[in-house]
Amino acid sequence: MKKTSKSLLTPRRQIIKGAAASLALGAVSMPLMGRYAQTQSAEPIKIGFQVHRTGIGAAYGRWYDRTTMAAVEKINNAGGINGRPVEIIAEDDGTDPKRGAEVVEKFATQHNADLAFGTLFSHVVYGSAPRAGELKIPYFVVSEGHHVASGALNRYTLQPGITDVKSQVQAMAPFVANNLGKKVTMVYPDFAFGHDHRDYFSAAIEAQGGQVIEKIAIPPTETSFTKYFPKIPRDTEVIYHVMVGPAVLTFVKEMGEFFGSSRPEIFGFIDSLEATDLSSPGLEFLEGTYFWEGNPRYAQANQSEYDKAYRAAVGVDANGASVSDSKDVSTYAHMFGCWETLHIVKAGMEASGYRGTGDRAKLIEAVESMSDMPHSDAHPQGAKRFNGKTHQVFGHQYITKVSNSKLDLVHTTSIEDTLYPDEVDYTKQSF
Amino acid sequence: MELAPYLILGSIEGLVTAAVLALMAVGLSLVFGVMRVVNVAHGEFFMLGAVLAWFVADMIGGHPAISFVAALFIAPVLVGSLAVVADTMILKRIKYDPERTIVATIGLLYIIQQVTLMTYGSNARPVEPPFNQRISIPWFEWTESGLSMYWPWGLGTTTYKLAVIGFAVILLLAIWVLMTRTRIGLIMRATQLDRDVAQAYGINVDRVYALVFGLGAGLAALAAVLIVPIQQAHYLMGHDPLLLSFIVVIIGGLGSLAGTVVAAVLIGLSDGLISVFFTPTLAKIIATLIVTFVLIFRPSGLLGKHNP
Amino acid sequence: MIEKTGMTDARKSLYFHLGLIGALFILQFILPAYHHGNLARIMVLACYAMGYNILFGYTGLLSLGHAMFFAAGMYGMGLPMVHLGWTPEPALISAIVVGVVVSAGIGFLALRTSGVSFMIVTLMFAQAGFLTILYFGEWTRGDEGFVIKQAERVMAGFDLSQPTNRYNAALILFSICLLLTIRLVHSRFGRVMIAIRENEERTHMLGYDVHFHKWMAVIMSGTMAALAGAAYALLFGYAGATFASVQYSIFPLLWVLLGGAGTALGPFIGTLFMFYLIDLSSSFTTAYMLIAGLALVLLTLFLPQGLVGEFRRKVVPWLS
Repeated sequence: MKKTSKSLLTPRRQIIKGAAASLALGAVSMPLMGRYAQTQSAEPIKIGFQVHRTGIGAAYGRWYDRTTMAAVEKINNAGGINGRPVEIIAEDDGTDPKRGAEVVEKFATQHNADLAFGTLFSHVVYGSAPRAGELKIPYFVVSEGHHVASGALNRYTLQPGITDVKSQVQAMAPFVANNLGKKVTMVYPDFAFGHDHRDYFSAAIEAQGGQVIEKIAIPPTETSFTKYFPKIPRDTEVIYHVMVGPAVLTFVKEMGEFFGSSRPEIFGFIDSLEATDLSSPGLEFLEGTYFWEGNPRYAQANQSEYDKAYRAAVGVDANGASVSDSKDVSTYAHMFGCWETLHIVKAGMEASGYRGTGDRAKLIEAVESMSDMPHSDAHPQGAKRFNGKTHQVFGHQYITKVSNSKLDLVHTTSIEDTLYPDEVDYTKQSF
Repeated sequence: MELAPYLILGSIEGLVTAAVLALMAVGLSLVFGVMRVVNVAHGEFFMLGAVLAWFVADMIGGHPAISFVAALFIAPVLVGSLAVVADTMILKRIKYDPERTIVATIGLLYIIQQVTLMTYGSNARPVEPPFNQRISIPWFEWTESGLSMYWPWGLGTTTYKLAVIGFAVILLLAIWVLMTRTRIGLIMRATQLDRDVAQAYGINVDRVYALVFGLGAGLAALAAVLIVPIQQAHYLMGHDPLLLSFIVVIIGGLGSLAGTVVAAVLIGLSDGLISVFFTPTLAKIIATLIVTFVLIFRPSGLLGKHNP
Repeated sequence: MIEKTGMTDARKSLYFHLGLIGALFILQFILPAYHHGNLARIMVLACYAMGYNILFGYTGLLSLGHAMFFAAGMYGMGLPMVHLGWTPEPALISAIVVGVVVSAGIGFLALRTSGVSFMIVTLMFAQAGFLTILYFGEWTRGDEGFVIKQAERVMAGFDLSQPTNRYNAALILFSICLLLTIRLVHSRFGRVMIAIRENEERTHMLGYDVHFHKWMAVIMSGTMAALAGAAYALLFGYAGATFASVQYSIFPLLWVLLGGAGTALGPFIGTLFMFYLIDLSSSFTTAYMLIAGLALVLLTLFLPQGLVGEFRRKVVPWLS
């Protein structure tokens, strides 16, 4: 863990722009020694961590937990936030929207946490966000859903650490149309997350002169998939697949068995294989297929210093698995969002001179005023651009290709590829 | 894909589902038939079978066939023993009261799930099949030169899936022999017919119940070991098979083993075939409603003789 | 009823429950914010459990499909509010109508079966209902669900997103459901229901229309569950398919059995107990499901009639 003043200060100075910059200077110029001294006596900053420990999100939750703990350790080793240590209060939400709402209430009214953070599954975000808004507790989600930017939620809910599905999906269309083919068959789960993929990708591929020729929506409770594959039209040039849940490996395996040796091009979202070993039996056919990855699971040849440090801090090896158990594969494409969100919370609190729960609105305003965030220790996935009006961050997307059971980076989208017109302006809502 | 090859594919997939379902449902049916209790934890015994298969494969290593055969023996025995313990420690003490058994087995369900989550983890883990070759299936079409054979795109299955069907048939026959041709089967049937009379004839009903509960759980575990090379072991995997086996048991007529098998085949096949004609979710809705209406208009099941 | 101490059992029981409602009213001034919020939610969910209790506890019919009724109310309320811009008042009526229609239809079909078949048929209908919500994802947003905006949750001038209003709205609903249950079980109709639970054959022979009474029980039970679902959507601002899943059909069964099936207060006590069991145990262990599971097993072993059921058996036999 680096503790030098350079790593502590440089990224932050670059993060904060505009109105927040003058505020930030105050924090930056504070002598380091003074802050360490304060740490001894100061009350910790309490962050309520809503984590999927049980239920269908448990595999993600475990890695969100590890990433969060690593980020907090790093932040605390570097002096905490405004000289105060960060304390994580984790509560299991059972990947359930009702329990999620209860957990947010618990953070706000029992633990008196400064903010709530960490939710992945969209239905839990939807169930919890109204309560966060009513209780006026900042709610930083790490969910990649389009819920925040769509305007369905409220001023207290933000997603500054991970890009949303709409921007991810539309950024894939140019690559798919130009390199893989124009006639696409989509296979996706028949619920809101899948419908987002269907709608945004269909529109984006048409803009590229391509076409979705068949849409196969799989019921989420399904455990065997072969019977649906014959619905894939013969003239399909590209299969676009995205699946979530425990049956994902079966899905990918059966797809391989269905096609045998004559498969079309295959492009998938890594969600279909998140937390799953690519060298699992039956996945050989994936060789030569493509994946979207939020953050490349395998350390690339041109790996950045930041990724290296982040990987080491969380305890992930070059293959994206736990350093202590090579079979324990991480959710590398998503979990960086926890790390980055916590660093944004830190930057926002320091910029706003955050002192306690009375300053929650100031924290949100400070985050809203952020825009460009450089590739750095705080943002190991890559540079980001935050949109304060829609409370959503935008960033680079990665396309990797399977070769020798590893994922090699073949394309990085620009941030511009992921932008779309604003659908809401949360800054117009009152606190 | 043309209709005929698609139907064949749907049938094969349906039969694989049916094979596993039949084994699992026969276990549930035995428990219901003999003990007259609904075991909500049956799905968790299934899940434990799959998880244990993974542990066995992980520990033994070597050729997948060796660990698979080992799992076929070890997993059902362990799960069956656990069920026997649960029976004597809990169900026997609440005197097999139907409602309390439901609550107790829901409690058991939570316990088993949580312990699995804490030890095995939340990931879906694969077990390598002992053998697995893809087989392309030929079909016929009329061309100018008459009937000719061709290999439709995507029409195929794997040797392992066919083996699952075959193996399930053998196991079901073995259960049938056990129930009809052996002394222990006779005792179980006697207890099923009339518990008190059986007791009067000197049958240790407590031991029969424990045995049946263990056997039922063992069958669920066995079904799971068979399916785990196709689907992965995951701590929440018991849920859907539990619902399906409930349905199968009722459609087949409560406590009727033959009916259970017939119902499993019908449900498995209809699941595979209905999906040919509708979009997937609509197919699921329709399949669910068809089954429901069969139950409503034939409340005693397809082969049942009397109202339960 | 035979008068023993100057007060009939029914009257004693009524006063007891009125006292409880009074205590719940006073509690809102004492409870810290967190428990205040919890109790509001528990009262809403207890209405769901009370609805379940009418069918299971008093009539003896075990349904595993009540999530469908809860969801019917939830979507009956939420969909017109979000898509048609309805205010909560007509939306509540729509939720009740949907609840009545769905429970009447399902009840009519499912009551052709009995026993375990009834359990499975209701389960299957609920599963079909769950999938239907997903199928019409364009309107329901499937599993993800949708938020009902804070500004729209204003009923009769009361902003129901405010803690005090929410608590009292929940208390009013809870009181209505509780008093209706007590009224029902002391009515002639309710006694026929209990007779059906005790001995269906005999009730039939005595000349009662068993089928009609069972059907009405399903409708009352389903509508109360729908009311609870509508209240949840309105008070907590969210509707989603999770509430229609099997798990949410099992919950009221557990709550009722824990609290005591066939007791008016049991559903509330069961809901309260289960909530705090999970909430408290989750603060010192992540294995709270293990604790919940053990508690269920232990309760069936040692408190077979549930908490209130045992209390009634040992202390106050006049409780309804």
